[in-house]
Amino acid sequence: MPDTKNIYGIAALFNKPDDIITAASKIADSGYTKWDVNTPYPVHGMDNAMKLKPSKLGFVTLFFGLSGTTIALLLMWYTLSVDYPLVIGGKPFFALPAFIPVTFELTVLLATVSTIVAMFAFFFGLPNNDHPINDTNYIKKVSVDHFGVIIEASDPKFSQTTVEQLLKSLNPVSIEVIYQKEKIRYPIFEKKFIMFLVVVAVIVSAGTYVTLDKLMFLLPFNWMMDQAKIIPQSRTELFQDERGMRAPVEGTVARGFLPYPFKGVDEPPEFLSNPLIPTKQNLELGKKKFLTFCSPCHGNFGDGDSRLRGQFPNPPSLHSERIRNFEDGHIYHVITNGKNVMPSYAAQIDCEERWAIVNYIRVLQRSKNASDKDLKMVSQETGTKDAN
Amino acid sequence: MTDYSVEPSLVRGRLTLEQIEELVVKPLDTKPDRKFWIAISISGSVLMVGVVCLLLTFYYGTGLWGNNEPVGWGFPIINFVFWVGIGHAGTLISAILYLLRQKWRTGIARFAEAMTIFAVICAGIFPVIHTGRPWLAGYLLPYPNQHGLWVNFTSPLVWDVFAVSTYLTVSFVFWYTGLIPDFATLRDRTTSKIKKTIYSIFSLGWRHSNRHWIHYEKAYALLAGFATPLVLSVHTIVSFDFAVSILPGWHTTIFPPYFVAGAIFSGFAMVSTVLIIVRKIFDLEHIITLDHLEKMNKVILATGMMVGLAYATEFFMSWYSGVPEEQFVFINRVFGPYMWAYWIMVSCNVIFPQLFWFKKIRRSIPVMMVIVILVNVGMWFERFVIIVTSLHRDFLPSSWGMYIPSLVDIGILAGSFGLFFTLVILFTKTLPVVSISEVKAVSDGGQPSNHGGNNYA
Repeated sequence: MPDTKNIYGIAALFNKPDDIITAASKIADSGYTKWDVNTPYPVHGMDNAMKLKPSKLGFVTLFFGLSGTTIALLLMWYTLSVDYPLVIGGKPFFALPAFIPVTFELTVLLATVSTIVAMFAFFFGLPNNDHPINDTNYIKKVSVDHFGVIIEASDPKFSQTTVEQLLKSLNPVSIEVIYQKEKIRYPIFEKKFIMFLVVVAVIVSAGTYVTLDKLMFLLPFNWMMDQAKIIPQSRTELFQDERGMRAPVEGTVARGFLPYPFKGVDEPPEFLSNPLIPTKQNLELGKKKFLTFCSPCHGNFGDGDSRLRGQFPNPPSLHSERIRNFEDGHIYHVITNGKNVMPSYAAQIDCEERWAIVNYIRVLQRSKNASDKDLKMVSQETGTKDAN
Repeated sequence: MTDYSVEPSLVRGRLTLEQIEELVVKPLDTKPDRKFWIAISISGSVLMVGVVCLLLTFYYGTGLWGNNEPVGWGFPIINFVFWVGIGHAGTLISAILYLLRQKWRTGIARFAEAMTIFAVICAGIFPVIHTGRPWLAGYLLPYPNQHGLWVNFTSPLVWDVFAVSTYLTVSFVFWYTGLIPDFATLRDRTTSKIKKTIYSIFSLGWRHSNRHWIHYEKAYALLAGFATPLVLSVHTIVSFDFAVSILPGWHTTIFPPYFVAGAIFSGFAMVSTVLIIVRKIFDLEHIITLDHLEKMNKVILATGMMVGLAYATEFFMSWYSGVPEEQFVFINRVFGPYMWAYWIMVSCNVIFPQLFWFKKIRRSIPVMMVIVILVNVGMWFERFVIIVTSLHRDFLPSSWGMYIPSLVDIGILAGSFGLFFTLVILFTKTLPVVSISEVKAVSDGGQPSNHGGNNYA
């Protein structure tokens, strides 16, 4: 007789569902705790016969189902209401009705997958192909059409003779003693083989790293930053003048930039007169354009105090006697045509804006050389004596 | 008088448990015969046609398709809705009939579940290729990326991503859970060492223990409970793709129930089509009996009438709404340039299934085969009608157009059928097409008789 320590359990086979129900209820009544019934399919009434408690698997489902709901809602709340709020279809940032479908799907997904994983991995301890029952004649019979019962040796009441007697009294088809299995050694888990795998992995990765990073130079992908197109300010062979940017065709007239008839003439004709009345709106425009284009050299108030720190020759003050006596048309002419070092501003400032600048220069000039009458008017309008 | 209160035996011919098992695993134990090779080479060739058409599309772009400006959805979305619908029968049979304690489901549930998975795989291809840049499909998932952007969770198209992927995962889990006891049976009966290793891995070492069965049955019920609303939600969400838009013919609240009924209708028809062939080829007439097919035909008749009711309701609502555009779309469906498609749809889906009122026709294999194939055709045309006739003429007559599918479109559609049938054929030869443990459990004498005052049942 083999060593009893090696016994896993003693099994009996029956070939009728009625017999196994009777056997199970008898074994349950005799007070064994570590025993089991193996049937090719769930037999009705077996849970009661074995006095098993109802499955608690539902709690896993509930927990993970609710987790799915929570995760889905939190994810959508964070992404669409906090991290990147965006009005879509006039809905609020947290549009609960529109979030229901995804919430539902995630709930179902987590609930079902977790139930199955928890059942097999934690409730059953599967996969386990090394279990002593596996591969025995007993399980092979059960898999087809027999119904088996097994009392395990780890049961506190277990004794080979009494258990065999009990099983025999139930009139089984056969009785089988099932022994513990020897641990199977798999060659792929041998230490030598694992070490071999590690060494191969290290050599391959080190070799790849050295080859790709040190021996070869691979141009990194630059996300289309270099493209075969002509960009502004660049040289090109395509055009004869080798410039990437093109000048407009000769004779092109841009909107608001009528050609100036007195280009290159020293003195403008006298009939060139200011078409704009200095309204408040017009002066605002003039101020804006003056501060943008004129003030860098002429200074914010036209004093000729360039803020270019003398990198260019300082322009004359706009408050000199000579300039104050200029006709409006003359100032306009200078802006349009340029003078001495000053280039033409015809390309940047359209004619209406140029006349507005002229009006604004007149305002600057008058404010620098205000008469008593002007000051009184300012005092009256502002209600202060600051102007004096 | 026949006593209808007693259900006929689910398994015919008084088979013993062992004989049931022998019957089911026979295709797995025998070498593939000539019929198998002919079948797989036909389906494989059709699949290759689809693969070539897809590669052409990837190389030249979606301009090879018939999709144009008014009809931007075209074949890809028609096929997507069609295949998702096919899948629904599997879950319905395995989950809803399980909850309703319809024991006859055991013979066909495994097969229907497998078809669900294959149909959803076919369906999943289409929205992805329809984007034109399938390699960017990963952007549909919400993950923190360098763009700093998230997907639009209020869009039905994103709902689709979640619904279809959840559906595929849950169907697969459901299917595999059902397969585990069968893998254990296969493991214990095989004599080949390679097969034994493979089955051992997939059976996870299942021991048929009753301490496991108690949880297993609970889990199966929970899964069925979740799969039931899931299957309804999937086609509801697919119908939202249409119903949430403002297009006449799409913007209607009847779409969710209408789509779900249509999905079950087409799915049952597809399951019947395949089962009729499979039970013949693999000698499973005792397990997948004529009673099964008759019950399926009753479901087809019922859902077919639901679909017919939905067609009628749509017409009533368009008239009752008083919206001229809405009314025009429906008149255009019936009498417009696509009236041939509409009348194919109505005759295949509503008129021909009425023949199932006659018991003789319900139990006649050749007539049944013709009708279920017509239903498949009709349900494909239903999606064609919904998509093409609504899109090709909407509010602005100057933007009207016509949709003519290209050869590449037809090739990809054929390829999806090739993929489906290739997977089905491989499945019949590698896995038990009928759940062995479930059929054993419902066979005569499979359960305790509760005689002699045994009160444990």
